[in-house]
Amino acid sequence: MPTRRQIILGAGFAGGVALLPRAAPASPELRDAALAELTGGGPVSDGRVTLTIPGVAENGLSVYTTVAVESPMTTGDHVRAIHILSEQNPIARLLSVRLGPRAGVARVSTNLRLAASQEVTALAEMSDGSFWRDRKTVIVTIAACIDGG
Amino acid sequence: MSLAPARVSMPAEAKAGDVIEIKALMRHPMETGYRVDSRGQPIARHIVRRFSAEYDGEEVFAMDLTQGVAANPFIAFHTVATRSGELVFSWEDDRGEVVTVRKRLTVTG
Amino acid sequence: MRARRVCLALAGVLLMAEVQAEPLPTGTSFLSDGLKAQQADEAANPGMLWVAEGERLWQTPAGVADRSCASCHGAVESMTGVAARYPAVNAASGELLNLEGRINRCRTEHQGAEPMPYESDALLGLTALVARQSLGQPVRVETGGAAAAHHEAGEAFFHRRQGQMNLSCANCHVDNAGSGLRGDTISHGLGTGYPVYRLEWQSMGSLHRRLRSCSFGVRAVQFAPGSPEYLALELYLAGRAEGTAIDTPAIRK
Repeated sequence: MPTRRQIILGAGFAGGVALLPRAAPASPELRDAALAELTGGGPVSDGRVTLTIPGVAENGLSVYTTVAVESPMTTGDHVRAIHILSEQNPIARLLSVRLGPRAGVARVSTNLRLAASQEVTALAEMSDGSFWRDRKTVIVTIAACIDGG
Repeated sequence: MSLAPARVSMPAEAKAGDVIEIKALMRHPMETGYRVDSRGQPIARHIVRRFSAEYDGEEVFAMDLTQGVAANPFIAFHTVATRSGELVFSWEDDRGEVVTVRKRLTVTG
Repeated sequence: MRARRVCLALAGVLLMAEVQAEPLPTGTSFLSDGLKAQQADEAANPGMLWVAEGERLWQTPAGVADRSCASCHGAVESMTGVAARYPAVNAASGELLNLEGRINRCRTEHQGAEPMPYESDALLGLTALVARQSLGQPVRVETGGAAAAHHEAGEAFFHRRQGQMNLSCANCHVDNAGSGLRGDTISHGLGTGYPVYRLEWQSMGSLHRRLRSCSFGVRAVQFAPGSPEYLALELYLAGRAEGTAIDTPAIRK
């Protein structure tokens, strides 16, 4: 029969599962490296992409995010891919989306996990090979991956 | 994962050329692999790696996911209504398990 | 002159008797616009995944009797209004049952199956499904008669200082409702959105799981889910929630 103290301590661990770092935390440098890998080192222009994400994320475990890209989405002129990059998560490339003219509009929404307050980058790859991006700073009050939730 | 339900919400009917919005929600822990349990044992990573939508003979949307996507992943995207037929949505995780949902779209005009 | 004063006094008393306390706001009202929108969108609310599981179970025969919920109850829509009057005293057995307890009572007595454990996907799914049938309906539980003793026990619990932090439920949920606490806003603690999808759990959970978190929060003894202490408290909370609409499955942080 566990003592009252054990129950409370045990519940504490269960309630706040600890983090054991298993991967090097990301950094702006790793994010830049991931970006370069995606773009082949070529130029990235700011614009045409709108990253909609809360300025203050109430909980890093689920941050509602929308990326929209201005594009006619025709066979000759469309968005090929959208990538979301983090500078603070253990992984720099959070997700990649493959699109094409059959999408109709280049807009995708999902919930991200954000480890800490950081700049999030949405990168769009166009059919003409050009790259465009939007960047937003998100303050994360309760961190995913770190706060053990 | 075979018991995990997934839900796809989309219109049942559309006019040819309409852009329809599809919302996909899947039950999955998206366990990061960074956590330890109350005994200090690491909890193994278990995440969805890929989501795709196939329509009218072609993959019209795909997402590569990582631990950076929240648990019970939600994905909203669009596709152009071309012909009546079945859309097939698939989620594949890092254990090779696949969940599939099929939805019928009736395209008029 | 005196008669007029008496009339005015009587009118005042009658007016006060007519005026009822406004129902307290659901915890949903303290969410950000983004999370409110997610909760309201059936296609995006993760809690609906458990409701879907509940729908599947509703049709699935179980137990020695090989009966499904549908076998006796028909369409799940017949459950409308049920969640709004729970917890309730079971007339046959005299015990106080919450929705989980009532579902498990059906399971053991009418299906001849094992009860479903608290926090199992099955029980969460069926509880969320049944509560969902009362979406938008005001909570109205019986707190008198056979329920009176339980209600009093719940009320005493709610106002009792507990734990190392020596705090009562009322200290936060009455005295400080609407104030900030560790990246969250203190609600009135009504429980009208339960079972909820809680971001911290990354999963669906019952009210009793949340009560255990609250007990832990003040470093007090945690009771077991389904315990008489939490059941009595749940009845008291439902009494406080009178008139507030059910919005299961809610999203919480």
